[in-house]
Amino acid sequence: MKVCAEFELMIPSETCAGQAVQERIIKLLEEHQYPERDVFGVRLALEEALVNAIKHGNQMDASKSVRVSCRVSMRCIRIEIEDQGEGFVPEEVPDPTEDENLERPCGRGIMLMRAFMTTVNFTDRGNCVILEKNREEAAASCECE
Amino acid sequence: MSTGTRRLDIEEINDVTVVKFVDKKILDEGNIQIIGNQLFGLVDEDHRGKIVLDFSNVEYLSSAALGKLITMDKKVKAAKGKLRLCTIRADILEVFKITRLDKLFTIFPNQEKALEGF
Repeated sequence: MKVCAEFELMIPSETCAGQAVQERIIKLLEEHQYPERDVFGVRLALEEALVNAIKHGNQMDASKSVRVSCRVSMRCIRIEIEDQGEGFVPEEVPDPTEDENLERPCGRGIMLMRAFMTTVNFTDRGNCVILEKNREEAAASCECE
Repeated sequence: MSTGTRRLDIEEINDVTVVKFVDKKILDEGNIQIIGNQLFGLVDEDHRGKIVLDFSNVEYLSSAALGKLITMDKKVKAAKGKLRLCTIRADILEVFKITRLDKLFTIFPNQEKALEGF
């Protein structure tokens, strides 16, 4: 395992704080010359995960924070986002691609995370998501564990 | 950013309203709210019936932004108008395909095609 950069921090339940940490992680990917498509996917997944944590998990409660940890190597990136909310059961989120849900204005975030990341796992309580993305040309599994 | 900041470039071509997004990233919650309100105003206040949304400037789009587009589509349909989308870059088109929203919206490769026969 050769981790090139890592950090962990607590951010307040504010979307602008989410934006700032998102920019920090994207900058790391760009510094490590990740392909544009990987950067697109990670940014999108990060946005969805951070909004979920801040809005749905912590309900924008100023007394609650979100823990974000990130490890980047030349081959993969691993991000953990943990809120202080009650958690949820991801399997209970309705499939947004079903005909009856197609016109619902929300409920697509988890699907987009899964589509653009290599793996997306939730802890048992559902208040922590672990996102992993292998660099496009890297076939091996994430070495940031 | 002030709530009065114009997030859309609007042009009338014949009887069609062509709307270009100013932002490259439609991600930030506050920004999405403003964009949504400005889009809805085209239908609710200006009563525009034929609308083309041109995504040529847009590099990122979140699910919250998709939600606003769905609400916009509902408003246009309720007003018996028509909505077309165009010039969506490949990465973002993939987002529409993954979510099957390419079945809900009428999407054209460019503005010229979107305006044809509208």
